[in-house]
Amino acid sequence: MFHADQVRPPYARLADWTQQMPDELRCLKQAEAEAFFRRIGITFAVYGEGGDPDRLIPFDMFPRVFTQAEWRKLERGVKQRARALNAFLVDIYGRGEIVRAGKIPAALVYRNAAYEKAAAGIVPPRGVYSHIVGIDIVRTGPDTFYVLEDNCRTPSGVSYMLENREIMMRLFPGLFRENRIEPIDSYSTLLRRTLASVAPEKCTSSDPVVVLLTPGHFNSAYYEHSFLADLMGIELVEGADLFVEGPFVWMRTTEGPKKVDVIYRRLDDAFIDPLCFRPDSMLGVPGLMDVYRSGGVAIASAPGAGVADDKAVYTYVPDMIRFYLGEEPVLQNVPTWQCAKSDDLRYVLDNLAELVVKEVHGSGGYGMLVGPKASRDQLASFAERLRADPGKYIAQPTLALSTTPTFVDQGIAPRHVDLRPFCLVGERIELVPGGLTRVALTEGSLVVNSSQGGGVKDTWVLAE
Amino acid sequence: MILTVNHITHYRYDQPVRGVVQSHRLYPSCFDGQRVIVWDVTLSDGIAGGGFRDAAGDWIQGYSVQGPVDALSVTVTGQVETRDLAGVLSGHRESIPPEAYLVETPATRADRTLIELGRAAKGSTPDLLEQAHRLSGAISDAIVYRPGVTAAHTTAAEALALGEGVCQDHAHALIASARSADIPARYVSGYLLVGQDRGEAAHAWAELWVAGLGWVGFDPANRCCPDARYIRLGSGMDARDAAPIRGIARGMGAETMDVSVAIQSVQQ
Amino acid sequence: MLSRTADHLFWIARYMERAETAARLLDVGARISLLPSAGAGFRSEWDSILQASGTAEGFARKYDDPVQRNIESYLFFDRDNPSSIASCITAARENGRIVRTALTSQVWDALNTAFQELRGLERLPRSQLEMSRLTDWTMRHTAMVRGAIDATQLRNDGYDFLNLGYLLERADSTARLMDVKYYVLLPQVDYVGTGLDTYQWSTLLRAMSAHRAFHWAYGGELTAAKIVHFLVLNRQCPRALLTAIAGVSDHLERLAVFYGSANATQTRAQAMVDELQALSIDAVFDEGLHNFLTRFIADVADLGGLIHECYLSGDVR
Repeated sequence: MFHADQVRPPYARLADWTQQMPDELRCLKQAEAEAFFRRIGITFAVYGEGGDPDRLIPFDMFPRVFTQAEWRKLERGVKQRARALNAFLVDIYGRGEIVRAGKIPAALVYRNAAYEKAAAGIVPPRGVYSHIVGIDIVRTGPDTFYVLEDNCRTPSGVSYMLENREIMMRLFPGLFRENRIEPIDSYSTLLRRTLASVAPEKCTSSDPVVVLLTPGHFNSAYYEHSFLADLMGIELVEGADLFVEGPFVWMRTTEGPKKVDVIYRRLDDAFIDPLCFRPDSMLGVPGLMDVYRSGGVAIASAPGAGVADDKAVYTYVPDMIRFYLGEEPVLQNVPTWQCAKSDDLRYVLDNLAELVVKEVHGSGGYGMLVGPKASRDQLASFAERLRADPGKYIAQPTLALSTTPTFVDQGIAPRHVDLRPFCLVGERIELVPGGLTRVALTEGSLVVNSSQGGGVKDTWVLAE
Repeated sequence: MILTVNHITHYRYDQPVRGVVQSHRLYPSCFDGQRVIVWDVTLSDGIAGGGFRDAAGDWIQGYSVQGPVDALSVTVTGQVETRDLAGVLSGHRESIPPEAYLVETPATRADRTLIELGRAAKGSTPDLLEQAHRLSGAISDAIVYRPGVTAAHTTAAEALALGEGVCQDHAHALIASARSADIPARYVSGYLLVGQDRGEAAHAWAELWVAGLGWVGFDPANRCCPDARYIRLGSGMDARDAAPIRGIARGMGAETMDVSVAIQSVQQ
Repeated sequence: MLSRTADHLFWIARYMERAETAARLLDVGARISLLPSAGAGFRSEWDSILQASGTAEGFARKYDDPVQRNIESYLFFDRDNPSSIASCITAARENGRIVRTALTSQVWDALNTAFQELRGLERLPRSQLEMSRLTDWTMRHTAMVRGAIDATQLRNDGYDFLNLGYLLERADSTARLMDVKYYVLLPQVDYVGTGLDTYQWSTLLRAMSAHRAFHWAYGGELTAAKIVHFLVLNRQCPRALLTAIAGVSDHLERLAVFYGSANATQTRAQAMVDELQALSIDAVFDEGLHNFLTRFIADVADLGGLIHECYLSGDVR
């Protein structure tokens, strides 16, 4: 149950709010929130699960709260990481100093499935490969934050950050009057500015044409694509809307071809250009890579950015921070065992029941083992998989994750959460005060992925 | 030696397509073994895109053709002065680390036999260059040159199992077994001055990384290292990645292609 | 605007108008079939509905008898019939979802609500669903979408593409609704001018919600000539062929001004307007109503093809 004396100070002020809210009102508000989400069409289709394509991600009305001091630390840590990850990408596609210096094994970089030979030698405008860095963070103590993973390609979920705030302001305007909460609605302006700031040199216009490239309306994140394009006031395009002619990329409009300067793509590298990558891809733009590589268009994130968010490369991010920035990491990494190393593998096999094991290239919580929750059989069969292909896995200790108050059927109960702030990297590095808080709605569960029954919350940063 | 090149590729579409995009790797590499005297590439009705030299040292040139298109041709003509460097690619500027050429591709996936060939060559001598020579020789022995039995999509393992193939199959097999033995290897496309009887003028071979020496070319189809008869155009992970012409047409028309290549040496 | 966006907008409108036409056809059919006895030698009144909507072949592949119940299923619920009301509303909503950013929230709401309610209707047992309830439901929702568009959409090129979709589809559908008469009466010309004939014409007017408007405009008795004049040439009638084509022409002119350049579509649409304006009702009957309508429907399809080529295909230079 929820007692004011058990929670961190910023939550104490929400105690009154919850006490004054009878169950009926809470149900009413919850229904209103759901109706709102359904009406705007924010839904999430789970890969491979079938079922209702219009399923909503559960929304928990109890906000996650950070104090200004807590946020300042997070902000410093996130921006530091975003800078280091970009420096790493420019380096490995350039001279590879960090490899030469022996700080990271060459094989991990150059034999990485996400290493893009076609990107070698390219320094994108402003030296940015990853323009939107989503960093997944958990908290284990009052002042202890761990980074779980970095997302340097096309982290999704920012529409939930914005819509969760929107619905909270509609449902509980009073809360926003009583608490001074940092606004986050500048995100779309900053995103557009960030994207425009990385237009290629060949773009002479002061107002570069930016488009958002989506795989199409069947994609589970289509809502987010269309939402972001709308907020930024840019065209939402599919591959077939773009074509290459001469040294540039153009979009097909009712008035004829219009030159495109920056492509914010929500499409994996493998699909963006059938001429360069997968020839069977119908989603991309033939010839796009030639235009990109000759400086006719900018692509965000830049092709090849995926090397930096590989779960094995993750282990080396603190070293990157020291190597490129000469700073100590503000945010810690979770201790990680690389099953590719035989010593680490032995430790992992011996302690499997205590550890979380993840696929190096996996995402969405699939192919993951949570040792303490697994049955004897599950542990045994996972150990088999580990022995068969150790290089595919990393392992981490199960952290004593912090919880935040969450509405459940019985009232209010603690549930595990994580946080994904979205850092923007262009001419400047920007971070809006907030992020996407994901919550594991099942009691005791540590898996917050929306594909595995997780929900979302509004995330507050209190002004001083 | 001075070599002249006449290379024409005709494309025909049974119904007009709405547009064509191509990416060319059709320009001789810059290294000590060859010097361009004249070189010209044209694509009929093509609009040139931005050209650039990639990190592997190849000049890449994009082209697009506005529809409707029912036929087009790519014409390469030129003259190159070549020198025999015994296969060594000296004076070639590139920046991709050799480690990047250890990654398998679908066409160069090593099966047990290919791995065995790689292991045998590697174990036979400590001399890295000699290892590469022996491996290339082993591939020449294992695959007999015979046109028409393999296709563009034939993999290294399939060609080896068949025991027959063309230069693409030789190169793929050599690359696959080299990589399995931790020797960086890549596919090279180019031209070859061939005799009357046999051989392919539009040619392909492999380059293996020999520490201390750099990239060294091996042509298992002809049991030799590239010499003055060879013109090097560019490289890649496999045949698809190193293709001199890659293209996509937008539209329903089925494509037929017709290629003619003539390489001649100029009498001096 | 992206050509694909314009195309989706155009099709949202076409599908909504098509759904409305299907509802109107169902109404016409239901009323005609209320006649005491059509007598032997008549084609089935329902068959004429299928002929006019261009869905007879698809229906025949699936059902044996053109009885009311089957036709209702086919024209309202059947997803195998691309012109059924359920298919049209689903397609319109999907087109809308794809170009959400080009629609106001009111328009999206109206589209989405229609779709969500449709899913509710589909879950109900058919026995609970009166045909009149279904056709009323359809016309209410198509009107709501149309109203939301008129009241809230920005008057930019997107608005023009929406209207082009509506007006082209409407021109086509009015012509098809009138053609129902041809199929019903074809075998026995001597019915012309009888009470039965009048009843059918009057039903047609009702189906176009134009029954009262007609009386205000013409007064007196219903005659074939007056009704054809009303539905072809009277610009007061919102569904008249001339009204629809003149509207198409207006929106194409707006586009030409908006984009600062004209193309073949404006010329073609203007030519169609000119031809209709010069037309007399006698000339229509001389040509034969059915022949006239067939030619008109083909002209509308050509104009649609031209609009596709010049604005929507993406190959515009």
